[in-house]
Amino acid sequence: MTDWPVLSAVTFMPLVGVLLLLLTREDSAYGRRNILNVSLLTTIFTFLVSLYIWYQFDPANPGFQMVEKKEWLGTGISYHLGIDGISVLFVPLTAFLMPFCVLASWVTIEKRLKEYMIAFLILETLMIGVFVSLDLILFYVFFEAGLIPMFIIIGVWGGRDRVYASYKFFLYTLLGSVLMLLAMMAMYWQAGTTDITELLAYNFPREMQTWLWLAFFASFAVKMPMWPVHTWLPDAHVQAPTAGSVILAGILLKLGGYGFLRFSLPMFPLASDLFGPLVYTLSIIAIIYTSLVAMMQTDIKKLIAYSSVAHMGYVTMGTFAANVQGVQGAIFQMLSHGIVSGALFLCVGVVYDRLHTREISAYGGLVNNMPKYAVAFMVFTMANVGLPGTSGFIGEVLTLVGVFRVNTWVALFATSGVILSAAYALWLYRRVIFGALEKESLKALLDLSAREKLILYPLVILTLFFGVYPAPVFDATAASVDLLVNNYAAALQAAQNVALSVQ
Amino acid sequence: MTAETLIASLQLSVPELILAVGAMALLMIGVFSSERSAPTVTGLAVAVLIIAGLWLVLKTGEGEAYGGAFLSDPFSKFMKVLALIGSITVMVMTVGHARSAQIDRFEFPVLLVLATLGMLLMISSNDLISLYLSLELQSLALYVVAAINRDSVRSTEAGLKYFVLGALSSGMLLYGMSLVYGFTGHTGFDEIAAALTAEGRSLGLVFGLVFILAGLAFKISAVPFHMWTPDVYEGAPTPVTAFFAAAPKVAAMAILVRLVINAFEPVVADWQQIVVFISIASMLLGAFAAIGQRNIKRLMAYSSIGHMGYALVGLAAGSMAGVRGVLIYMLIYMVMTLGTFACILAMRRKDGEHVEGIDDLAGLSQTNPFMATVLTILMFSLAGIPPLAGFFAKYFVFVAAIEAHLYALAVIGVLASVVGAYYYLRVIKVMWFDEAKGEFARTAGELRLVFGLSGLFVLGYVLIGGPLGNAAEAAARSFF
Repeated sequence: MTDWPVLSAVTFMPLVGVLLLLLTREDSAYGRRNILNVSLLTTIFTFLVSLYIWYQFDPANPGFQMVEKKEWLGTGISYHLGIDGISVLFVPLTAFLMPFCVLASWVTIEKRLKEYMIAFLILETLMIGVFVSLDLILFYVFFEAGLIPMFIIIGVWGGRDRVYASYKFFLYTLLGSVLMLLAMMAMYWQAGTTDITELLAYNFPREMQTWLWLAFFASFAVKMPMWPVHTWLPDAHVQAPTAGSVILAGILLKLGGYGFLRFSLPMFPLASDLFGPLVYTLSIIAIIYTSLVAMMQTDIKKLIAYSSVAHMGYVTMGTFAANVQGVQGAIFQMLSHGIVSGALFLCVGVVYDRLHTREISAYGGLVNNMPKYAVAFMVFTMANVGLPGTSGFIGEVLTLVGVFRVNTWVALFATSGVILSAAYALWLYRRVIFGALEKESLKALLDLSAREKLILYPLVILTLFFGVYPAPVFDATAASVDLLVNNYAAALQAAQNVALSVQ
Repeated sequence: MTAETLIASLQLSVPELILAVGAMALLMIGVFSSERSAPTVTGLAVAVLIIAGLWLVLKTGEGEAYGGAFLSDPFSKFMKVLALIGSITVMVMTVGHARSAQIDRFEFPVLLVLATLGMLLMISSNDLISLYLSLELQSLALYVVAAINRDSVRSTEAGLKYFVLGALSSGMLLYGMSLVYGFTGHTGFDEIAAALTAEGRSLGLVFGLVFILAGLAFKISAVPFHMWTPDVYEGAPTPVTAFFAAAPKVAAMAILVRLVINAFEPVVADWQQIVVFISIASMLLGAFAAIGQRNIKRLMAYSSIGHMGYALVGLAAGSMAGVRGVLIYMLIYMVMTLGTFACILAMRRKDGEHVEGIDDLAGLSQTNPFMATVLTILMFSLAGIPPLAGFFAKYFVFVAAIEAHLYALAVIGVLASVVGAYYYLRVIKVMWFDEAKGEFARTAGELRLVFGLSGLFVLGYVLIGGPLGNAAEAAARSFF
């Protein structure tokens, strides 16, 4: 079984679904059903394969596993895939969220369903490809190519200002990424290879690390997004269709955090140490400022979008704390946020489908006629706040512990974000769910349909499960994170020794 | 010249001879047959080009001919194949289109064959004299072709404009050549390089170099000698524009590479800064000036200016990797351009009227999903978004620039590509996000074939890029 290219299989399986979709026709209810079934089965099957990968993954081995390597474009660029503890869980996360996206679009996408599903399946391939690729150029190809389907998804199936949002999303992220591309070329020129496993072992000169780090930061900070380059996110979220928001918040934002863990921290340790304070500062601003901004939003999706920026602040902070707690926390926070924020956008989608507005003021008192919805929404709100017992708590606490070991002040300011997040999230919940059911338009709303239960209940279970039993995640990541942190510390120590011996 | 060397020379230039004899024969067929001979002549012209191409690939050896004025090497073969593919594709595209564009005269295919002959000779020329003669053969044919629609004011204006500015650039080129000859005493590329190595450069030679580069920059429409491009692109009949955008650029770029890498290799520092300047200016102008365009042919004109800038990034590096990058860039650029122009040719209303506005593409994704998908792929590729071919084209030239420490060039280049992405996105936006206003007539089969193949190439480059890269590498090795 070891010869079977399982990573290629999970990466390109959605494309098989695309080929099948190309054969379907959309002109009847029957054809529509075919399209939905093909998409759903493809995504479920991909998810099963990704679970198999998680199952086969050997947590004791900190190196890369299930490696595939083939010559590709000449000049040293190879088709090189593999996973380690840092990337292994992102593959199931991506594959896990996709069936929900298909289900969320079951009835809401009325026009051009076939193109919609094709775009999503292509996007899935590209996102999984980012996490499994072990070659710089292959990584960049997957990383950037994701812009194409997302641009089309926002632009064709988005809301009223979709054109503006799609342009902003595309150009913003492209601008950051091209600088990273130049840095990758410089790395190739310096080290003579684009192989990530070899680059991880290569020591870049201190001066060069600074520039490379900045170039990678330009790309990942936009993708994360970090304050002050986060402004594309609220626009993109608000305009994107529900499933687009889920993918955006659930996976695309994680590409930046994953990039920091895969490239910035292990390849440029000296620069990461140098710029640590910058990242802490930006993270704190993100946590506090965007939480305050979130509080003042009148649009539900925008509020959740800003809260995503704040939560990503914990991820960057924990990452650059560069100790086991910080990095473990960052990974856990990303996985948890992927599930929770995806679920929140799905919750918004549920009421948006009924009322076609995202204004908070249009809602109120939904608990009276939608009790099941209120419960599900409450679980995700609490997870968003970081209440103990939900998955949101563990990531936040670990990143805070990690950063506390490095810098108390940063931890102090960041902790205030927990309070602020409670403020905006609970206030949102009160305004939408509680109160009297007075508005006429709301009185006829029905509670969750069977399809919506199928979407939300598994996510509720998962949120609570990882809240009380996070061990499966930590088991998978522990060895690789230890290796990463030890290498980082060793690199800093070595640089310090050199500096001392020079003096 | 003895009989043996003459025969050896002739053998090396068989493809060119095929074209020359073929063009004359076609002319006779056209003159002595009836009015309606244009389709026949076009078909025969395609056959002649294909035969020349097959001979080139299968039978032509390598070496110098005609006393060193003509050189056949892997580099020239690579570029000649590109030029021939460009010419053949354009002729195939015109078959169903000649009548409505009023270019259904037998002179048209004959002139294209002659222009192609000029290009092949130019790619192979290894001497200033043969360079000039072949360049003029190509240009004279193109001047006429630009104005071939005699009844259209825009077409004749385009032809005249192209002729006047082209004559000026030829003059500059010739002036530069005479200076170079005067200060080195040679016209052969190898001899010039030897003289420069032995004697060093003089101020007069630098002047000559600048004039030659200016003349060739005109031919590839690089800034600041680009002014003719938008007007000629817009004014000329669309098949002619497609021709201008593809093959002649390949040929001019080839000779530019050969000239600076071969003849002026010893004075690399002198031409490198000129190429860097031209490259940066072209990339920036191509990116910014295209933003306001409403006509898709004008848009493609600015796009081609920008793309020449990117290709020059590789040349500026002046290294093996750089030349390899230029070769791959020209290959991918030509495929993308031909595909795009096939789509533009397919922009025909039901009543037969051709339209050229970007807004006319509105809602194409609903009325003609296949063409919209291909054009979307081509636009993303022109913008340089992975995993499409255009990304890899840019990647290889920028890698070469980084290797040559041209950081400023690389940074400006990638930033310009982001600006450029904006206007390519606009075409995509019009096709996908806007509502359809009208439908196009059924697309002719040959156009569907051309843009279908082009889209397939751009999409499948990730699979075939390895062998193509090796071919380009072998070609680039001719110089190093």
